[in-house]
Amino acid sequence: MTIGLAHYLAVAAILFTIGVLGIFVNRKNIIVILMSIELILLAVNINLVAFSVYLHDVVGQIFAMFVLTVAAAEAAVGLAILVTFFRNRGDIAVDDASMMKG
Amino acid sequence: MDLQAIAFYLLAAVTVISGFLVITARNPVHSVLFLIMAFFTAAGLFVMLGAEFLAMLLIVVYVGAVAVLFLFVVMMLDVDFTQLREGFARYLPIGMVVGGVLSVEMVMVAITVAANGAAGKNAAPAAPVADLPNAEAIGRVLYTDYIYFFQAAGLVLLVAMIGAIVLTLRHRPGVRRQNIGDQVARTPASGMKIVQIKSGEGLSE
Repeated sequence: MTIGLAHYLAVAAILFTIGVLGIFVNRKNIIVILMSIELILLAVNINLVAFSVYLHDVVGQIFAMFVLTVAAAEAAVGLAILVTFFRNRGDIAVDDASMMKG
Repeated sequence: MDLQAIAFYLLAAVTVISGFLVITARNPVHSVLFLIMAFFTAAGLFVMLGAEFLAMLLIVVYVGAVAVLFLFVVMMLDVDFTQLREGFARYLPIGMVVGGVLSVEMVMVAITVAANGAAGKNAAPAAPVADLPNAEAIGRVLYTDYIYFFQAAGLVLLVAMIGAIVLTLRHRPGVRRQNIGDQVARTPASGMKIVQIKSGEGLSE
């Protein structure tokens, strides 16, 4: 049994689902939500790289690199917001963060 | 079962299990460590696909920077994490239903695409060309056709860096800081006072 494109796509699909499930079940814990987003982006990257290799086109890997860049920037800014939120409120319960609700 | 299949199933199983443990671990520090493991094994999958440069990038950027940033923040914030886990059991059934449907759908789409799509027709992955390594192939396209996107990515990282600094920088009141300008501007006239003291009286000040 040889490993084909479907195998990599299936792993990426399962990882994506785990990320979405993580956002569902950890509604209050924003740190785990951020980690779930990282898992989702990793699954997207696996898809991009797998298609890039099987289509013999390196552009997919370049796009995966840009996704990696944006994910790193997102994690940095998200954690900075989290630290500021913690400093102001003393906890990180995101379901209480409704100050800006109209 | 050949060696490639064994390696793939090992890496895939470790990736999926550690991904699952990221979202179910009780201690967020363990979550971060499982996230590092998931990224590490995903880098192994990238190597198996022949994308060595991205695999190394994943390890350098994620294991070296992002995961350590997460670890730093988790350890810095003094939060009662057991309280944040309320509702885990409440949302688990609906989450499992949505996750199950999503997973089945996406795996079916993946199998169909792999069987009938354009990528499926190239059955074998691209054979690594001896004279053009993966990093060089990426560089040849990235620095020519995608140079503006590359610059924009750098700009995104710059804005993120400045944003993170602006968000977390704080000037505490009442903290005495060194003022180098004042120190340099000091002259003997302003820094020294000569007092004549009469004998037997002492200095009352």
